[in-house]
Amino acid sequence: MGFLNKLGFAKKDEDKKESVTRGLLVFAHPTTVISVEEILRDEGYTIRVVSPPPAYRTGCDLSVEFPLEAEAAITELLNSVGMAPLDVVPITSKGMEPLQFVRTTVYDDRYVMIRAANMKMTVDKETKTIVNISGGGCPDVPFLATAMLGKTLSDAPDPGEVGFSLCAYSLNTSREELIRILGA
Amino acid sequence: MLLLAGSVPVEKLPLLIGPIEVTANGIKIDGHELPMNRGNEAMMTAACLICQEYGIDAPVGMVAGDIGKREGSIAIYKHLAEHLPEMDVEVMTLHYVMPDLKLNKKILETVDTMENKPIMIADAGSMYVAKAGGDSHYYTVFTPDLGETAFLADEKADHPSFTRGFIFNMEEDVPELIRRAYAGNNAAPTMFVKGKIDYICQDGEIVDTIDSPLVATMEPIGGTGDLITGMISGLIYAGLSPLQACRIAGRVNRVAGELAQPTPATQIDKILHFLPQALNKVQKQLG
Repeated sequence: MGFLNKLGFAKKDEDKKESVTRGLLVFAHPTTVISVEEILRDEGYTIRVVSPPPAYRTGCDLSVEFPLEAEAAITELLNSVGMAPLDVVPITSKGMEPLQFVRTTVYDDRYVMIRAANMKMTVDKETKTIVNISGGGCPDVPFLATAMLGKTLSDAPDPGEVGFSLCAYSLNTSREELIRILGA
Repeated sequence: MLLLAGSVPVEKLPLLIGPIEVTANGIKIDGHELPMNRGNEAMMTAACLICQEYGIDAPVGMVAGDIGKREGSIAIYKHLAEHLPEMDVEVMTLHYVMPDLKLNKKILETVDTMENKPIMIADAGSMYVAKAGGDSHYYTVFTPDLGETAFLADEKADHPSFTRGFIFNMEEDVPELIRRAYAGNNAAPTMFVKGKIDYICQDGEIVDTIDSPLVATMEPIGGTGDLITGMISGLIYAGLSPLQACRIAGRVNRVAGELAQPTPATQIDKILHFLPQALNKVQKQLG
């Protein structure tokens, strides 16, 4: 075994064993993943939101990495809430996680702009009204802007629920940060 | 023909193609009025204003309704893949669409068959899918903002939302992000990097920067970057080089912002209102 270790074979075997313990839930829209993430975390599953493997990529997608041993229970749970995945696949490599860093800019001590990845949301601190949305490149961004502008953080629709894209996912990250610092 | 293509946030709006007319509240294509919004409407209006000022044909718009469910984007991809060679397009700007690697490659396969290939400009979703597919070399101009430049600089990211944290945190060093984007072959030959300082790049070199007038409150306003892309498109169609187009568009955008005296709550139509005046001012400044 020591000899095998030196050659790296034992390590590869260990990696292989580890790699088949995870699976991936593939969905049609990245924002479905936001709801699924919440449901599965609430149920206590250890999951990660990640990019799908190359064969499943369209250029705007997100999937859920989960412990393969829980496949039956998870798919049954998601079926029961009408969120059945398009596909369930075992995975051998780790996907990339969406960016969670945000940047904050305050204008005139009145407006707060939060940027997450390529999406910016700006809110009037006093009224908590969303006054601008900028950045992004997916088609639901102008749609979300129309739906959210002029509404308060608590009244505006949740981009995670009415959006469909990764831009909507990042916009939701901006919104969550605004709620965290200003309150809903 | 200057063709401007992208989705608009009107569910189930079919594919429309026709000259773009600027109206009091937005734009009109093939008889359909589309209210002003960030994204394609802002980009198309800016391009129209440039074409009008230079006395050239109005751009042709290709739009389809898409609120993120992909239908409109698919209609645009498919139409371009099937009909681009017969459309006599000299300059083509692709903007907000749902990234779709396979369908975008179909368009590029069609471009490969064309003897007279259009000058291609990409921003927003069209730029994301170009980079994610490893196809940046097909395009003449990209117009990323800072977050998107970080995405172009990250050779592993398929979408700006997947930009790795250490690259996102390199944003204080924009020249390094630009260097990485070119080194990874993920930049177009000409790039206009929008930010507090605008960087104009050619073949990997930063050849110009624009930092005044500085209107900090422009950044939160949705659509300001779209105006730059639209102006660059119109200026290239008017016969300017991509570099000249970037130099003028960047300055006009800032001057329009200065004239509008915006707050972070200002909407894009107010900036647009000052675009012709700003263009006039910049043309005089640049002689």
